[in-house]
Amino acid sequence: MAKKGIREYDAKRLINNALPEYSGGRFHTDDRLVLVTPKTDLDQLLQENPWLNETKLVVKPDQLFGKRGKNNLLLVNATLPEVRAWIEERMNKEVAIVQTTGETTGVLTHFLIEPFVPHEEEYYLAFTSNADADIIHFSLRGGVDIEEVWDSVVTIEVPILTDPASVDVTSHLPEMHEKETVAAFISALYQVYCEYYFAYLEFNPIAFHGGTLVPLDTVAKLDDTAAFQCAGKWGKIEFPKAFGSISTPEEAYIAALDEKTGASLKLTLLNPEGRVWNLVAGGGASVIYADTVVDLGYGEDLANYGEYSGNPTTEQTYEYTKTILDLMTRQPDPQGRPKFLLIGGGIANFTDVAKTFTGIIKALEDYKEKLHENNVKIYVRRGGPNYKEGLENMRRLGERIGIPLQVFGPETHMTRIVSLALEEGK
Amino acid sequence: MKDYELFSRETKAFIYGAQTAAVQRMLDFDYMCRKDEPSVVAMITPERGGFEKLFWGTKEVRIPRITSIAQASAQFPKADVMVNFASQRSAYEVTVEALNTDTIRTIAVIAEGIPERMERKLGALGKKLGKWIIGPATVGGVKAGAFKIGNAAGTMENIRMAKLYRPGSVGFVSVSGGLSNEAYNIIARNTDGLNEGIAIGGDAFPGSSLFDHLLRYEANPAIKLLVCLGELGGTAEYEIADAVKDGRIKKPLVIWVTGTCAKVLPGQVQFGHAGAKADSESETADAKNRALREVGAIVPNSFDDYHLRIKETYEKLVGEGVIVPAEDFEPPSIPIDYKQAVAEGLVRKPTNFISTICDESGEVHNYCGVPIDEVIEKKYGIGGVIGLLWFKKDIPVYARQFMEMVLQIIADHGPAVSGAHNTIVAARAGKDLISSLVSGLLTIGPRFGGAVNGAAEHFRYGLRNNLDPREFVATMKGKNVRVQGIGHKLHTVENPDKRVEILKDFAKTHFAKTELLDYALSVEAVTTQKKNNLILNVDGCIGVLLVDLLHELNFSDTEIDEMIKEGLFNALFVLGRSIGLMGHYFDQKRLAQPLYRHPLDDILYDVPERPEKVG
Repeated sequence: MAKKGIREYDAKRLINNALPEYSGGRFHTDDRLVLVTPKTDLDQLLQENPWLNETKLVVKPDQLFGKRGKNNLLLVNATLPEVRAWIEERMNKEVAIVQTTGETTGVLTHFLIEPFVPHEEEYYLAFTSNADADIIHFSLRGGVDIEEVWDSVVTIEVPILTDPASVDVTSHLPEMHEKETVAAFISALYQVYCEYYFAYLEFNPIAFHGGTLVPLDTVAKLDDTAAFQCAGKWGKIEFPKAFGSISTPEEAYIAALDEKTGASLKLTLLNPEGRVWNLVAGGGASVIYADTVVDLGYGEDLANYGEYSGNPTTEQTYEYTKTILDLMTRQPDPQGRPKFLLIGGGIANFTDVAKTFTGIIKALEDYKEKLHENNVKIYVRRGGPNYKEGLENMRRLGERIGIPLQVFGPETHMTRIVSLALEEGK
Repeated sequence: MKDYELFSRETKAFIYGAQTAAVQRMLDFDYMCRKDEPSVVAMITPERGGFEKLFWGTKEVRIPRITSIAQASAQFPKADVMVNFASQRSAYEVTVEALNTDTIRTIAVIAEGIPERMERKLGALGKKLGKWIIGPATVGGVKAGAFKIGNAAGTMENIRMAKLYRPGSVGFVSVSGGLSNEAYNIIARNTDGLNEGIAIGGDAFPGSSLFDHLLRYEANPAIKLLVCLGELGGTAEYEIADAVKDGRIKKPLVIWVTGTCAKVLPGQVQFGHAGAKADSESETADAKNRALREVGAIVPNSFDDYHLRIKETYEKLVGEGVIVPAEDFEPPSIPIDYKQAVAEGLVRKPTNFISTICDESGEVHNYCGVPIDEVIEKKYGIGGVIGLLWFKKDIPVYARQFMEMVLQIIADHGPAVSGAHNTIVAARAGKDLISSLVSGLLTIGPRFGGAVNGAAEHFRYGLRNNLDPREFVATMKGKNVRVQGIGHKLHTVENPDKRVEILKDFAKTHFAKTELLDYALSVEAVTTQKKNNLILNVDGCIGVLLVDLLHELNFSDTEIDEMIKEGLFNALFVLGRSIGLMGHYFDQKRLAQPLYRHPLDDILYDVPERPEKVG
């Protein structure tokens, strides 16, 4: 969805490719960098990159989290054997990292190795965007928590319709060593930021060494909707998941189904022991159903978040429903209380409601016994093309399988079934 | 039109893209609103011009297709709205062009997934030029009783149910288009109806904001009650709160920001919309709802009492005399589309065509019920396909092989025979493949390629009338008919035709019975007594074996008669020989042969001095 984090390795690779072009050949970043994954053959890597043996190195995990120094996940000025040992010790190991957003646990799988660059000055440089402008942030005080020294940051606001090549950087920079060079570098990098559809780009720190700026720690996000416009520029690019986001097999299964089709199928498991399960059509409606459960004070009972939309086939809604029913009926509530399945949705634009219900009905029939065992009550609310037939089919299903099932159409407020269920669940 | 109005009953619009269904829906809406003429003046479709035939009620009207925005603008300078259905790949360029077209004031951009940098540029450019952009990534919106953007508001049944064919007093704006029907439904059930509804689209940088539209509604005296549905992420709702606070928004505003569940979801769950993600505490739904409540906007406790707050507020305004409930009328009905009526089982009609050999209307194209992929995977071959498409039978492997042997044998017979000759002459006359091929094929008939057919007929006649071979030969002679399929220029009893030997062996090995072949061989035994080259030739052998094969495939005598009559044997010859004829065509073209002219000394000129004079 638009802004997506990429690996530091990829960010540096893109900058490396683009910078000479946008600086008229004046600036080149170091193209010596390698990514080590669990599949990497280190001996082969060394053969292809002899420089690994010829220079001192820096190594760090490359998995979309920052504050690697503070988390003791950074090795600098090391030899290759030291780097190898360091990686081997950590590869595929679970670690807990502390970031500003809290502690996250995840498995280390990707490491970036670069040459160690001895330097004196460490600056801060970032590019961000809002609706009206891009903003270039620069500070002479890099390599520290920038929030703490925010007063030292100068900002250059570039209105969105400005030609990126025409931005005057020099006059905004503080008095500093090699000011013109730094300004020219920033100007070229800003053009790369625009032309390569970066949505966020931060260097903390960026060093000055050998007559040019040298990006050390890089955090980058691309606008993934520009994949078509940037196919040639980006090459093969990966958008890794956030560090520590581990999905359950069921979530992974739905994600795989989702990827295979033009329809949208989403599932996030919140609390497998929760008693309120949502099976809701439409992105907007699904948020509102989950909201209402929370707003009415039953957040802890909310078992899942998810939605199906974009005209999924009967087979897809069947699989989606089965996955939810399977999770829902693994064991009855320990206190013997009923569970609630909310088959909700707003008024569809053009989707045939009766048709999309076919797969859901089939799955409910398959789970008839388990629904009984788990004391499940079902509430249905939907509108749109052919909704009367869809609701009637649902009502008949309830009678057929002997499960308490109530149906409502557009005459009933969309979230009324939430309060009905929750009132009953008290 | 006033500044605060984007659409009226008189609005004329362009639709960019070949979105016939959407245009039809707009026309149906116009018709339902009892307007005098369609709101869509033209479709802009760079790929072709012409026109599109659409319905206006039960009548058909022509909507022109124009190939450029500039041309459309010149032709219809009064059209000031463009609904841009261009895809993600070209939506930006098309929108920029429309923004720079003087006559166009409002552009709805439907495409999803336009890069944010492009969206931001569109937003800035729109503001600079004083134009309105609705979207991107939106279904659009509707001005009740006046104008509908593309597919907004769903089906005609929805529009009727939500009373969108006439204006009410409520101005509605939301992020999500998916929920707009739900919202129109809520408004219809709890107030005198919608006046205008806009979905700004779910991206992070929409071309116009919730706030922009609320300000328009505030300025519009026909709108008395503002209703809004916001979303977590971004800070647009704070602009609204500020305006409520400082009195730029005075009309009662019922607003709810969705996404309050985000606090119980793990970290970075991204909802459906690109913009729906809180990057800080202030962007959460709870914070925004709180801020709005504090400044006096009417904020429900949850979506569950959103409609109650709307109803309450509406009734209060009626009580105060601010709103005089809009009058209702019975809108004209829109005839149901034939396709939909079929889907719903409401109409039927007899078909004009029937096919019993194949069906391409399903997911996989099939030959007589066998999916095409299975035909290939299971190696049906040309013989198997002939079985499916000609005989409607899944024929055994030996039968397929036999068909293919026949095709190979008859594929060509040199350049001198009439078919090949004609093809060559046509090719040399500069004609194309099809003409040259057909020129050759047209010679196939009773004399050329007809021996197969003739032999089958003759021997069948003898066998079915129980004529013993001598009797048969005598009868034919008596009728002065040469037995077809007997006799060869070179081959003799002592020097048999290899092709015939192969066919006979194959049939003897694989066929259960070879009744007609046996009969033909007994006739051959008689004729070769007269002359040793009066053998069963290759045409005769194919003819009789095909008849035997058809018996093997469970065809009755009557069915076989029918097939022979309808040209089955010619069909095999046409199919096989086409290979050779096309070979001759390519050969001539490769060799760049000039126009053929028959040598004069090869023609006997025997023309009378003068024609016989008659009458």
